[in-house]
Amino acid sequence: MKDDTIIKDRNTRSEAIQRLMAFGALIIIFIGFSFASPYFCTFRNIIGILIATAVNGLLAIGVTFIIISGGIDLSVGTVMTLSAVMSGVFITYWDLPVPLGVIAGILTGCVAGSTNGILVSKFNIPPFVATLGMLNMARGFSLVISKLSPIYFALEKSVSSIAMGSILGTVIPGFDVPNAVLILFGSAIVASLILSKTILGRYCYAIGSNEKAVRLSGVNVIFWKTIIYTTAGLFIGIAGVVIASRLNSAQPSLGLGYELDAIAAAVIGGTSLRGGEGTIMGTIIGAFIISILTNGLRIMSVPQEWQIVVTGFIVIFAVYLDILRRGTQL
Amino acid sequence: MGELLLLMEEIDKSFPGVNALKKCRFELKAGEVHALVGENGAGKSTLVKVLAGVYTKDAGRIVYKGKEVDIPNPKAAQLLGISMVHQELDLMPHLTAAQNIFIGREPVRRWKIILDENSLNEQTERIFDMMHLKLEPRLKVANMSVANQQMVEIAKALSFNSEVLILDEPTATLAQVEIIELFRIIRQLRDRGVGVIYISHRLEELQELTDRITVMRDGLYVDTVQTKDTNIDQIIKLMVGRVIYESSPELPKVPSKETVLEVKNLSRNDVIKNVSFSLKQGEILGFAGLVGAGRTEVARAIFGADPFDTGEILVKGKKVNIKSPSDAVKNDIGYLSEDRKQFGLCLGLDVETNIAMVIIDKLTSFLGWIKNIELRSIVKRIVDKLSIKTPSLNQKVQNLSGGNQQKLVVGKWLAKDTNILIFDEPTRGIDVGAKSEIYKLLNELAQQGKSIIMISSELPEILRMSHRVVVMCEGRITGELNYEEATQENIMKLATLRNSEKVILNN
Repeated sequence: MKDDTIIKDRNTRSEAIQRLMAFGALIIIFIGFSFASPYFCTFRNIIGILIATAVNGLLAIGVTFIIISGGIDLSVGTVMTLSAVMSGVFITYWDLPVPLGVIAGILTGCVAGSTNGILVSKFNIPPFVATLGMLNMARGFSLVISKLSPIYFALEKSVSSIAMGSILGTVIPGFDVPNAVLILFGSAIVASLILSKTILGRYCYAIGSNEKAVRLSGVNVIFWKTIIYTTAGLFIGIAGVVIASRLNSAQPSLGLGYELDAIAAAVIGGTSLRGGEGTIMGTIIGAFIISILTNGLRIMSVPQEWQIVVTGFIVIFAVYLDILRRGTQL
Repeated sequence: MGELLLLMEEIDKSFPGVNALKKCRFELKAGEVHALVGENGAGKSTLVKVLAGVYTKDAGRIVYKGKEVDIPNPKAAQLLGISMVHQELDLMPHLTAAQNIFIGREPVRRWKIILDENSLNEQTERIFDMMHLKLEPRLKVANMSVANQQMVEIAKALSFNSEVLILDEPTATLAQVEIIELFRIIRQLRDRGVGVIYISHRLEELQELTDRITVMRDGLYVDTVQTKDTNIDQIIKLMVGRVIYESSPELPKVPSKETVLEVKNLSRNDVIKNVSFSLKQGEILGFAGLVGAGRTEVARAIFGADPFDTGEILVKGKKVNIKSPSDAVKNDIGYLSEDRKQFGLCLGLDVETNIAMVIIDKLTSFLGWIKNIELRSIVKRIVDKLSIKTPSLNQKVQNLSGGNQQKLVVGKWLAKDTNILIFDEPTRGIDVGAKSEIYKLLNELAQQGKSIIMISSELPEILRMSHRVVVMCEGRITGELNYEEATQENIMKLATLRNSEKVILNN
């Protein structure tokens, strides 16, 4: 018993260190770029970073749920696009009110998510394969529905104000933080509460930790896995609405590659690809590390190709640090 | 003992290619501890898994409290009041003890989705108190000792207020003191009227704990006897239906005085404290102690699987620098983990590949092309030599029994012709028949001049096999006993010798 307590202290400390490490890295990168370029640490640029993080952050929140439960989701990028396209169909094609379009977009994410969930849990298709299929299906649907061309929103519909307007700016004059940022942080708080305080969160960690044990305990794993994927779909649907609003259009060819950034954010933030571990806080920090790096390198006129190289390197580096922290085991 | 609680009749269950259960029967009364014994593969686990809803039966009927019941899944069993502690610990390592215990039945506060963590921990605390267990409900299971993880499993089963409690080999991983504690809890439950089904390979335990014993063999029901009217020999006869190897080791034929392995002042922070000992050629050196005494840690340090802070290791008088398992192997040291499924074998691969793994680097020609014929003949020789029972060399290892899997692990090191072998709990989870074969094998290896360190938590095993016994407690070596000095009492005394200087017993 005494030994256990000692080990516990050591382990919680090392978990805390990991979280601090990611946050520390974020701060250091931020300070570094601030010194390197006078344009970096300005209100406008920071708002730019926040907006850029909103979409990837929302996708990363969704994917964090799935990775913690021991799965993976490759379809987040194209499902996001399909959600945006569905909003476009409702608002522009059918000329329905904007709120209905928003709901349609979010529901699209949920439906795609629950489809993934059912394929994975009920039909036992490996998550990698099921979501890879969904990636292509969602992409195809987006192109079919939109007939290969972007769906624009009429200006008087003011779809763009959903994400780019600023409720905060009207309350505190001059502090024009766009709604997209509020949506991101609001979603992060909700997701974080779901993971730590609700039964859904508990099963998420439990299934990721030892699925067989959960099933033997009499939990309906098929049902809960479906719910987990659906919840992820919810956040992906929100991301779809945000990106549609930001571009004031639904771009059907967009979406590929977003999934990798989302997974990268989760992994940098300490979510274990083996399941059972991870926090939304970490994922958000991870998402910010990626977008600050991208932004900073762009400000310093590093070519875009090299930005991608750096992002790839950071993911490997973060995972390596995590492995060092855990210590090597035979 | 009370009224009949449970009756299983004519139970059939088959898996592809195997008839696991054939017209099996079992009955359980309220307030009795009923042992279920048999060799591995006899169908004990299958039978109780049918009862616990893990498997569904093909035919037969289950009568519970006078009514025929259907148990399609684990939840149904739990609702009936039947719960099971599985042989492989089925816990979620990332979750805390309390979260593990109440998985699937979390107390909720609002809207039926918000968890009530306080009540969860309080309820767990109450169960631990009832078990006289000093364990923190908020501690993550990953950070617990195996023994404590087992206790969490049992606490989980108890938390259902079950009327039938199934324990599948609960003592396999426990040390003596913990077993005493477990038995106390089981008796307490029995006195409350719970029917306990108890599966164990440790037959000595049955006399102490159980009221009745049901014996199974090859998926068939053999007999049910009153514990007080029988003895271990009779049970073994029922179980195996054949004579098994029972002779004591050919001792004390320590052939050579040559020391092959010497460990000096090995230390690693709190876990290993100044450990020194030596191993002679052809010797079986027993390592006794309670679970958590640091024996496995010493073995892993010698094998290079864990680092150590200070100390040196000498092989045949020469100081060696072991930083990784591959260094150890180069220096003729092999380690057979207590957890063979995780560290010893690739369960999804076949017999041949598992053995080939260790020798394949020596059997390749141009561009890594494998010399198949040669390889096959070596593998075949080893399989024959160890009499590993497998239908073919291409059988997947997961389909072999525990005893044969263990032999296969031994076979890997034989193939490499390693001279210093560290066996960590070599007979854990293995049935009597296979156990005695492993003993025979160890004796043969020692006679051939191999030097063996055998870590074991089973005292009879230590006493029977070892030329010398090293006893550890809390990371220190608390004593060293030769064959004459080694008795159950002496070992237990040393194994519980906490916080004092090393003593030399003089009998």
